[in-house]
Amino acid sequence: MAIRVEHEIHNRRLGRNVGVGIVLIGFVAIIFGLTIVKVSGGAPIEAYDHTVRHSITVEDGN
Amino acid sequence: MTDATTQIGSTDGEAQFGDYIALLKPRVMSLVVFTAAVGVFVAPTFVHPFVAFVAILFIALGGGASGALNMWYDHDIDTIMKRTQRRPVPAGKVSPGEALSFGLWLSAISVVMLGLAANWVAAGILAFTIFFYVVIYTMWLKRWTPQNIVIGGAAGAFPPMIGWAVATGGVSVESVLMFCLIFLWTPPHFWALALFMNEDYSKAGVPMLTVTHGRRETRKQILIYTLILAPVAIGTAFTSVGGAIYLAAALVLNARFVIGAWRLWRRDEVDAEGDSYLAEKKFFRQSLGYLFLHFGALLLQAAWVKAGMGVWF
Repeated sequence: MAIRVEHEIHNRRLGRNVGVGIVLIGFVAIIFGLTIVKVSGGAPIEAYDHTVRHSITVEDGN
Repeated sequence: MTDATTQIGSTDGEAQFGDYIALLKPRVMSLVVFTAAVGVFVAPTFVHPFVAFVAILFIALGGGASGALNMWYDHDIDTIMKRTQRRPVPAGKVSPGEALSFGLWLSAISVVMLGLAANWVAAGILAFTIFFYVVIYTMWLKRWTPQNIVIGGAAGAFPPMIGWAVATGGVSVESVLMFCLIFLWTPPHFWALALFMNEDYSKAGVPMLTVTHGRRETRKQILIYTLILAPVAIGTAFTSVGGAIYLAAALVLNARFVIGAWRLWRRDEVDAEGDSYLAEKKFFRQSLGYLFLHFGALLLQAAWVKAGMGVWF
């Protein structure tokens, strides 16, 4: 007689685990999205690449 | 044999994901989401759509958390009342201790996340709302005074105020009026329900006004609160969130609501039992539409003004 691996309880637990998984992925997405919004403040994010950035330097000679 | 029996019993009662969702009282959450969203949208400052979305989500989660804590504390009376018997705790799917820790963790997460996403004024009001609903209403007033609905209604009235605080970082006359709108609407709404659900509350020993002071007094109180509510609802039209659209809606809705309350007041129990509480049930349904349409009108008014149209045409 084959051993029955799946029981109704396993399906129920699977449903719960999938639910928690989706919630956690959603939470990570929210934190990521918030970080982008807060850091950029509505403007595009500019990375620091060790060179002079024209957007933040003050022009000389004025 | 005993072990096997015990195990079968425990697995049968194991909660599913949906049971935890049910702990959050999704129907109450939908009202929280809607009124909080209106609070954010009608405010005069711009909120990034993603921040607004996250803020409303965590306001709703905070509301849900207080629902879970309410179900933890009230599981004894929820078992008695027919309306609440199928909730996860009285149904034996979630243990009271589990509901408590679930509610406490979600409360903490929602308050901290709202603070980080929006600001700490909004988070503070959310924390106070949860405290008010769980401690002041559920633990203290609900089983002690027939005014339970009046004071407990304040907890449900905070979401638009939190939404407004998300956008502006503070409290103002407009957000207080939106609070008052829900606060004063709650007693007529729930007392109309209590008029035709009296037996449930009696059995559970919850001192609803219908149980302690009778239906005649309840009908009188419904009319009184409706008469106080009307000027507040109409008066909101003359603040920065109001205008012609909202005023027109408020005038019609309040006239109908006052007439409905007047009809309830004139009826006696013979009339009510004669038609199976038809007018009371109608007034209850009307009260749901009343609140939804007021906030809908505020939303429409704000959209109208933000589209560049005039406040008073």
